[in-house]
Amino acid sequence: MQPTAGDDSRSRTTPGPRPARARPAYAISTRGLVKSYPGADGTSTHAVRGLDLDVLEGETFAFLGPNGAGKSTTLALLCALTRPTAGRATVAGADVLGRPDQVRSRVGMLFQHSALDPDLTAEQNLYIHARLYGLSRRHTRRRVTETLETVALADRRRSLVRTLSGGMRRRLELARGLLHAPRVLFLDEPTTGLDPHARAQVWEHLRVLRDRQGSTLFVTTHYLEEAEHCDRLGIIDHGRLVAQGTPAAMKAAIGDDRVALRTGDDAAARQVVARTVPPGRTVTLDTEGVSVRLPDGSAWIPRLCAALAAHGVAVHAASAAPPTLDDVFFHHTGRSIHAAAAPRTPTVPLADPPASATEEAP
Amino acid sequence: MTAPALPAADAPGTREAPGLPAGARRGLLPLLRHELRAVHALVHRDLLRLRAQPTHTALMLLQPVLYLFLLGGGLAALIPHSALGVGYRTYLFPGILIMTVQAPAIVVGIRLITDRQSGYLRELLMAPVSRPTLLLGSCAGGTLVSTIQGAVLLGLGGAVGVPYDPLLAALLIACMMLASFTITALTLLLAVSLSRPETFQMLLGLVMMPLLFLSGGFFPLENMPGWTRALTAANPLAYGVDLLRRSIALRVPGQADVVGIEWSGRQPSPFLEGAVLLVAGVTALLWAARRFSRVE
Repeated sequence: MQPTAGDDSRSRTTPGPRPARARPAYAISTRGLVKSYPGADGTSTHAVRGLDLDVLEGETFAFLGPNGAGKSTTLALLCALTRPTAGRATVAGADVLGRPDQVRSRVGMLFQHSALDPDLTAEQNLYIHARLYGLSRRHTRRRVTETLETVALADRRRSLVRTLSGGMRRRLELARGLLHAPRVLFLDEPTTGLDPHARAQVWEHLRVLRDRQGSTLFVTTHYLEEAEHCDRLGIIDHGRLVAQGTPAAMKAAIGDDRVALRTGDDAAARQVVARTVPPGRTVTLDTEGVSVRLPDGSAWIPRLCAALAAHGVAVHAASAAPPTLDDVFFHHTGRSIHAAAAPRTPTVPLADPPASATEEAP
Repeated sequence: MTAPALPAADAPGTREAPGLPAGARRGLLPLLRHELRAVHALVHRDLLRLRAQPTHTALMLLQPVLYLFLLGGGLAALIPHSALGVGYRTYLFPGILIMTVQAPAIVVGIRLITDRQSGYLRELLMAPVSRPTLLLGSCAGGTLVSTIQGAVLLGLGGAVGVPYDPLLAALLIACMMLASFTITALTLLLAVSLSRPETFQMLLGLVMMPLLFLSGGFFPLENMPGWTRALTAANPLAYGVDLLRRSIALRVPGQADVVGIEWSGRQPSPFLEGAVLLVAGVTALLWAARRFSRVE
């Protein structure tokens, strides 16, 4: 059982005590993590199938994926609530299989549907939780005061949880997750269901945590503008990590800008654009007009307009947009992150590189 | 506002900051203290809830009081003193005490299920303590709350001819605590096996009424058919009632006239009855802990 994370083979070659610089300090490191649930008819459902994930210490990592991609199962595995079927994972320096109690004492978790005891006060909720984590009475009192101040709820300490607003409850849950000073904090959809102001407040507190205390944050979210602010992000689909990197690098990997045109005759415009752009580019026609992915898109707009004018097609509007995280997400999963709201219809071919041939699971 | 004293996330394997719980290397004693703190946390939660809901507590206490004075008052006129050895209300008192302690004991089971539904249980499971400890904490909390409510009702003893005597009170409280423990443990065993609170409440409503009536707390079972006597010998509430009745009989000799539990025609000693309750409670708790540990 390896007690530490990181590349062991490399550190073993070093004689004597391991130098700290020899390996990057991973807050979370998994190799071949698998979780299967036995199905009804002898088959088994694979919620997570071979996940390799590394999260550096002090990093804010956004974990994205469509519904049912294995996000929640991964979280449960990483905080040692569920035992993996195969593979191994080290979280906050402890092995989830060998020392689940140690993992749980070093990580904090903010569940998506978190629960507080509504009949007790904010302070009482925190007190009970701290004692559950084995803090001494004196230490508990100090931590309760500190964490309530951290989330700016010190003035509501004696209020019944029932009387707090949704945003305040979320912040109280955050305080509860911080009581035992976790090295890694897992947050499952921390801002879902909150109004924009409350969402901003939660993120303000999270940023303070990262900057002042160097806490590692592992966040799942449906809001891509939130993922944008994270240090790195990973996309999971069908139980596998399909992409990871910094938001900028992932958008750069998509590369090309999306140039969109609205014309008087979109069908004719499509023909013209297809002849004008370099060969091999897919020109898409949908209700929004004509679009094509091109490097340095804005520079192409005058050329396309000129070509269209030469063929007598009137251009009403033209725009060039750099790739967004939604494009990144769509590229890797074949779905928009707002899948439930507005699925991009697959009947219209989109300007996607052939690499995005992700098959849908039945 | 100063930055909270959160230890910086140090490299894995290095020593943690002092004051942090659950150090890398834990001996048996700190481990035990850790688990005991979790038990205390859950008991503390039950006590805080008890204090936070005075109306609820008062209503829960009102029910047995109504039974004692309405049912007891009504039937006292019908049932002759000679048939029971004591007045009917005095006779009824142990049964009422058991009725008082069973209600909050059952609430523990209901809360386990509602906690599971609300997600609070998951928060508890995240704590770095073993699952049996969590169950033990729930059981201890339920037992304590039940005993407190029973002790409050003990104050009515004087009104029904049970003398106020510190020794007797202590003995009765100890018996109630034992009975509460067993009922709580049995309820928890049921609660870890069921996932819907509706099913749980219906099942309990179905089971608790006959258990209470066949406990010998409301009417003597001597003249009942043989099969009910067999049921009584397997009824934990009957052992509780019998223990309370025999304790009261130490001061009110007439109470002993009614025979409660019989094992093939002989009445077991009070210590044996207490042991039966204890063993049943511990077995139920261990079984519940086993089932609880399996749940993902």
